Amino acid sequence: MSPTEIHQLNLGPITAHAFNKDRSQVAICPNNNEVHVYQKSGKGWNLIHALVEHDKLVTSIDWAPESNQLVTCSQDRNAYVWTFDSVTNKWKPTLVLLRINRAATFVRWSPNENKFAVASGARCIAICYFDEENDWWTSKHLKKPIRSTVLSLDWHPNNVLLAAGCADFKARVFSAFVKGVDQKPPPTPWGDKLPFNTICGEFSNDSSGWIHSVSFSPSGDALAFSGHDSQICIVYAGGESQNIIRTTSLPYLSLLWITEEKLIAAGHDCVPVLFEKQGQLWKFSKVIDVGKKKVVTEATAFNKFQGWDSKGIREGSKETELNTIHQNTITSIRPYQGSRNDISYISSSGIDGKLVVWDLK
Amino acid sequence: MPFVSNTLRPYLAAVRSTLTAVLCLENFSSQVVERHNKPEVEARSSPEIVLNPLTISRNENEKVLIEPSVNSIRISIKIKQADEIEGILCHKFTRFMMLRAENFIILRRKPINGYDISFLITNFHMEQMYKHKLVDFIIQFMEEVDKEISEMKLSLNARARIVAESYLSQLTQTCELIPGHKRNFSNFNFLNKSKVLSYRNFRISEQG
Repeated sequence: MSPTEIHQLNLGPITAHAFNKDRSQVAICPNNNEVHVYQKSGKGWNLIHALVEHDKLVTSIDWAPESNQLVTCSQDRNAYVWTFDSVTNKWKPTLVLLRINRAATFVRWSPNENKFAVASGARCIAICYFDEENDWWTSKHLKKPIRSTVLSLDWHPNNVLLAAGCADFKARVFSAFVKGVDQKPPPTPWGDKLPFNTICGEFSNDSSGWIHSVSFSPSGDALAFSGHDSQICIVYAGGESQNIIRTTSLPYLSLLWITEEKLIAAGHDCVPVLFEKQGQLWKFSKVIDVGKKKVVTEATAFNKFQGWDSKGIREGSKETELNTIHQNTITSIRPYQGSRNDISYISSSGIDGKLVVWDLK
Repeated sequence: MPFVSNTLRPYLAAVRSTLTAVLCLENFSSQVVERHNKPEVEARSSPEIVLNPLTISRNENEKVLIEPSVNSIRISIKIKQADEIEGILCHKFTRFMMLRAENFIILRRKPINGYDISFLITNFHMEQMYKHKLVDFIIQFMEEVDKEISEMKLSLNARARIVAESYLSQLTQTCELIPGHKRNFSNFNFLNKSKVLSYRNFRISEQG
């Protein structure tokens, strides 16, 4: 078992991170309008490119593994597709015609890398594709029942269906079929006929929280979403009931399926947590971050009870640092190594500016 | 009273766990105004991203109002004021802090109606500070402020007592000089004016 790799890439938050295909480079946003690309060298990372084109906070980054293109989106309402020019050794930006008038919040390439989806605060999702005729990236909008900011997205492996988690307490599955770009997809449990903007499913958690994250299972037949009520719901296409995992922890901001029966969640608790399907039920399995061993200090009974009495806390811990690797909220977890249906390593980044690679075996 | 702290503990514990739960903030750009990023609990631009406010009260004089939203929370504290002196001291104390709100980072310049002091915590504060330390700070403030005000009240009363004592002792000495112990108000001239004023305040407070 290789140890957990911890890299402090920024002193402030890392708002988003994305690795390239062979994991030799990583793009992060250091909580401003820039995107920094780091190259791995030995055990550390060297800054090799700073991509400056946005003029407000970059909210999300995604790196297409095969075509080696970066897409970034920002609160300045724009998205750029970056292509690497090996002659000049520079990343070249191309503006995307998003046609949204509020912040862009989340971006993901589709599995075939011919489209990407941009979530926004303008109550819509822009599905962007390359227009050969005009030689630019253009977009179509998924608008219909969305009533608030879209917080997260995830593509179905068939390149057509798209899940969206929204601040209007709903998780939805849309069809993002673009005529002329996509082949007609084979029927899925989510539906057979899938013209653009078909709603294949609309789910909410029972206590109505903002949906922070959505994630399709490796096969695409199940959808997991986590809400601000600290619950994780798992729905199966065509299935009647929702599997609800109620937790006592703080809300989860990011979800990732590592196999068809295992799900990783991370968020305000600063640790990634594993959930497993046991029989028909989903259950909490373990916390991935084992944490440091606590040094038990001898305290007099008087001090102990005085602490309880005056502060209303059980442990009179004087330590500033948390007992976890991440010292603040984890905002994003992504696959690092392994195939889609058997991920062996994941990477996480958060508000504490750390990028951590976790071994799951 | 020995039972006071027994009610303080669950009160502070309730505030602590509520703060821990509501301080789950994220960077959220306005969905109403382009390119703006404002604390939603203040802007209240869209209803779905502001959560229900919550009041935790120990008694009718001491309570905390916590208003959560997607990128900011507002905490308003009503500080215990048993009598008029405590009321004056509390007002002066909170005013002193709120005039210097920048130095306290999370302090709001004005309290919410019906409360004595308010804090505004946004996602940007959470990026710079440890959450558990921030919660500790609020809890410690709530603890200390009561102590501070009762200490100030004690020292004020002590001071008033000294002033009154010295004033009265001088008065009796003056009276003894006068034959027949008759009151002669012209002798008041040698008294310090401020002592007279303090004495008056003292009399007022004793009546109140």
